[in-house]
Amino acid sequence: MDKKKKRLFLVLWLCAIVLLLVGSLLVPAKEHEETIREAMRDAVLHESNKINLPGVGPVNPGLISAVTVTAVLLAAALLIRIFVIPRFKYVPGRLQLLLEQGVSLFDNLAKSNSPWRNGFLGAYLFGSGCYVFFGTLFELFGIQAITTHGTSFTLPAPLSDVNAAIMLGVLSYFVICSGAIAGNGFHGVGSALKEISLLISMSFRLFGALLSGLLVTELVYYYVTLSFVLPVVVAVLFTLLHALIQTYVLTMLTALFYGEMSEPRERQPKASRRKRAAMAENN
Amino acid sequence: MNIPLNIDWRQILLHLFNFVILAGGLYILLYRPIKNFMKQREDYYQGLHQDAEQVQEQARQLKEEYQTQLSQVDSAIEQKKAAAEQELDQLREQELAEARKQADAILVKAHENAEREHREMLSKATRELTELAVTAAEKIVLDAKGDPYEQFLNLAEKEGKHEQSE
Repeated sequence: MDKKKKRLFLVLWLCAIVLLLVGSLLVPAKEHEETIREAMRDAVLHESNKINLPGVGPVNPGLISAVTVTAVLLAAALLIRIFVIPRFKYVPGRLQLLLEQGVSLFDNLAKSNSPWRNGFLGAYLFGSGCYVFFGTLFELFGIQAITTHGTSFTLPAPLSDVNAAIMLGVLSYFVICSGAIAGNGFHGVGSALKEISLLISMSFRLFGALLSGLLVTELVYYYVTLSFVLPVVVAVLFTLLHALIQTYVLTMLTALFYGEMSEPRERQPKASRRKRAAMAENN
Repeated sequence: MNIPLNIDWRQILLHLFNFVILAGGLYILLYRPIKNFMKQREDYYQGLHQDAEQVQEQARQLKEEYQTQLSQVDSAIEQKKAAAEQELDQLREQELAEARKQADAILVKAHENAEREHREMLSKATRELTELAVTAAEKIVLDAKGDPYEQFLNLAEKEGKHEQSE
């Protein structure tokens, strides 16, 4: 492309931007069906905007997002399993390297935090990590669904639904408990119960983190004047960072507590037995 | 019972159901095959590493064997060298002794020859003196002029001068 053409392209591009900006400001926006307060409240509680799931009935949009994410991820995994993995080489290419790094990341996280009984933990971390990461990125695509009222609705990240966050938090806690029981038997249950606050903290940490992203995005997109340039930072960059941070936090906490709880401990003899042993030594 | 935050047990179970399918599917389709492949590759390179170590160990043993053999050969060479030097010394001693023997024999023979020549010269000189004396006596007797003793002396003096002039 020579200089003249480049200049012409730049001028046309800038004109198009200015025209679109002026047009979007001049054309009257469609009346909002709900106020910002209602939109925010609904983003948290999902009271009004429900989506009909065949065979189940009206559910929160987060569940539809979760099912969609699962379907897409499993389809991608199936394609990779059929077309990519059989062609793996000892000297990896780019895609193979990416996949191996993904698996190694969670496997090493499990091994480094829990040197004992880390086979199941690695698989769980991989599954939950993929779910959190791709589930958070899912909101970037802005996939629309029809609510039970017949209005269109952008599907949010699955974990911005409190039910999904509770599910993952509670499940992670039970995984930690299973590690404690596998490592120390019934004595492990006691130490796992001491960390019962994890149930709430893990669930609501996830929910709060994902919901805050959703609320900020709702806020930004609610007002036309905030819809220029700002979404690039708020929607794209924040969501990417969010996905990475939340994946790391959940998997790291689960691995850390699992390793701590499943560590085999030496049983302390009871006080009466210690007394008896001391008396026998003295005699 | 109304649970705050619109928490719904049914939906929690549905989320759990969904997640179990996802986690299981990802484990079967991605996690396990990729881990197996990585293990297989690790085993392959581990095998190569072990083979290389074995070869290195064999090479090290061979080197040690050769070094032992070399040191044995060195000591054998030293022993043979010492034996050869000893043999050489013996030979030299024998040669020297023989040379001395020959030299002694030559010396003895030379002494004998010298003795014999001396004797021969003496006898020859005696004989010549005798002949001279006889000749002189004959001349004296034949001439018979004057005192014979003086004649003899004169004649001897003449002969002596004659020999000196020659």
